[in-house]
Amino acid sequence: MASIEMKNIVKQYGDGFPAVNDVSLDIADGEFMILVGPSGCGKSTLLRMIVGLEDITSGDMIIGGKRVNDLAPRDRNLSMVFQNYALYPHMTVFENIAFPLRLSKTPDDEVRRRVNEASDVLELKEHLERKPANLSGGQRQRVAMGRAIVRQAEAFLFDEPLSNLDAKLRGQMRTEISRLQRRLGITTVYVTHDQTEAMTLGDRVCVLRKGKIQQVASPRELYEQPVNLFVAGFIGSPPMNFLPATPKGNGLETPFGTIQLDEKRMAQVKGRDLVLVGIRPEYFDDASLVDETKRPVGSTFRARVDVTEWLGDSQFAYIPYEAPEAVTAQLRELARELDSEELRTQAIVSIDSTSRIREGQEAEFWLDSRKIHVFDPQSGDNLTRDAEAGAELTRLATQDRVEQVEESKARQGGATSVGAA
Amino acid sequence: MSTKKKTWWIVGGIIIVIYALFPIAWIVSISLKAPADIANGQFMPTKVTGENYSTILTGSASDLFLPALRNSFGICLIATAISCLLAMFAAYAIARLDFPGKKVILSTALAVAIFPVISIVTPLFNVWRQIGLYDTWLGLIIPYLSLTLPISIWTMSAFFREIPWEMEQAAQVDGATTWQAFRKVIVPLAAPGVFTTAIIAFFIAWNDFVYGIVLTSTEAARPVPAALGLFSGASQFEDPTGAIAAAAVIVTIPVVILVLLFQRRIVAGLTNGAVKG
Repeated sequence: MASIEMKNIVKQYGDGFPAVNDVSLDIADGEFMILVGPSGCGKSTLLRMIVGLEDITSGDMIIGGKRVNDLAPRDRNLSMVFQNYALYPHMTVFENIAFPLRLSKTPDDEVRRRVNEASDVLELKEHLERKPANLSGGQRQRVAMGRAIVRQAEAFLFDEPLSNLDAKLRGQMRTEISRLQRRLGITTVYVTHDQTEAMTLGDRVCVLRKGKIQQVASPRELYEQPVNLFVAGFIGSPPMNFLPATPKGNGLETPFGTIQLDEKRMAQVKGRDLVLVGIRPEYFDDASLVDETKRPVGSTFRARVDVTEWLGDSQFAYIPYEAPEAVTAQLRELARELDSEELRTQAIVSIDSTSRIREGQEAEFWLDSRKIHVFDPQSGDNLTRDAEAGAELTRLATQDRVEQVEESKARQGGATSVGAA
Repeated sequence: MSTKKKTWWIVGGIIIVIYALFPIAWIVSISLKAPADIANGQFMPTKVTGENYSTILTGSASDLFLPALRNSFGICLIATAISCLLAMFAAYAIARLDFPGKKVILSTALAVAIFPVISIVTPLFNVWRQIGLYDTWLGLIIPYLSLTLPISIWTMSAFFREIPWEMEQAAQVDGATTWQAFRKVIVPLAAPGVFTTAIIAFFIAWNDFVYGIVLTSTEAARPVPAALGLFSGASQFEDPTGAIAAAAVIVTIPVVILVLLFQRRIVAGLTNGAVKG
């Protein structure tokens, strides 16, 4: 087990295009780090540089205090799970898992013991003699993980390991990976474009955009204190709504009426003529269902609902609005970068599932203004980010992690665990 | 597929098979005819006889045919083995590595393959005589390599390209050297490709006539196709048609056996199940 340090890592391809641009990232020993971003952001390239399958153009890659830039993959002692599993089709499951041990010339009975341990953990016992071709997708995925945990690697690297599984299995394997990582306490770097995986698995999440780090923080900090428009738009589903607004007096004038801001946030916004207000769908509600005591912290407005989606436990309403040309172009650009398509300017609003608001009707909505953020439309910076509050969230998450790891170690007692001996 | 469509497919298939196999059936029939029977104008021999086979295997033509058979087997197998081994490394490099001159190698290989044999064979004859390779096994193996290598490199690099690169990267991360990854992961996966290539290469060498007839003069190295041309009848008024037909049948047998033997290996894609299915 080891920490991974990256210092000013750059990856430049032959044509001079920087796939990864000046990335510095410290991953603590035993930490679960997620690399996330839209396709083409350089997250996989970064992972492959850690494992050594991709050359590093400049910068330092330090694993366990040792600079590994020039080491071949096999000398870095990392294990990796590939997106398509990369199982060896001509070998049985047993030999697939045993392959790293065979290469290191481990004695036969030791190999058998370790493979059996790993297959116990992953419930592969009855499949050991089968070939990968005869396994289901989930089983193949587990074999790939078995091959990763069977030896005492310094760190686990996952390259979108769940993207080939169907939704239900993905959920199961997600919790399985989380449990396994906690149990083994091994440093893990996990690449994904799925934000559910990013939010649920990671101790910290690193959001990448065009080869550059945007923000490294706990999932909670990313959600509540995003550093810019990109992070705010990427994290959260459905995504954050960005409304054009002009500061006026003590508030912001938006297509949905005036939103009052507290003094601290207002001070950051004053003097600008156009800003973007970021409001998460759940900060809205059906005004008729809002508690009287809660009402004063927000504002109400009337709007016509275009479409509603009732999902049982929640309900979403789509409210179209008019936006100035400059902002529309900006938002469309952002949507394109986030791998989505914004066809019209509309706000997605989460309302109580019991709400009787229906499509085509005009209704009254309530908007909680306490947690909204204001962004500079040009630079995309978050003008109202509370760095201290954000850091506190990440600190709490780190503390939780340390406690969890200790707890799981205590629970296991002296029992030997695979790979963590 | 509807029943009608199926019927048409079957009928069409049968016609093609008859068209393709008829010459072979004919030559088998001739090989079973007695000399006087050959010009009888009928497809079937009036009396089936093993005379022609005994002529080439134990009779007068046997000292021409048997050494030639041995030469053909030896030379073709050695040429195939060397060609496959070399092609495997070359194809791996072409499929996996990025190096200057990759395109040149492939197009040169193609150029060699399409170069007419007959234009090289005369200079080669002179050179071989000068350096003492004339009428030796090595003297045939080398030209056969030039015949088989280009096609081997082309087919095998196509097979190597099919193998997911991640296999090899996974092996490297698991602790394998480049050589170990090649030997333990890539070669087993490429096995169907290697077999296919080997068979193609063997046939090319096995079927060669021009090199065989020009670069040999005695039974020391003369291959079967060349030997067939030298068969003579019992008297100068008699054609050795029956003997040649019998030898042709015998020469076809190893080819048929090879294909039947490796058919499954060729067809079965081993990469099945390597990645998500």
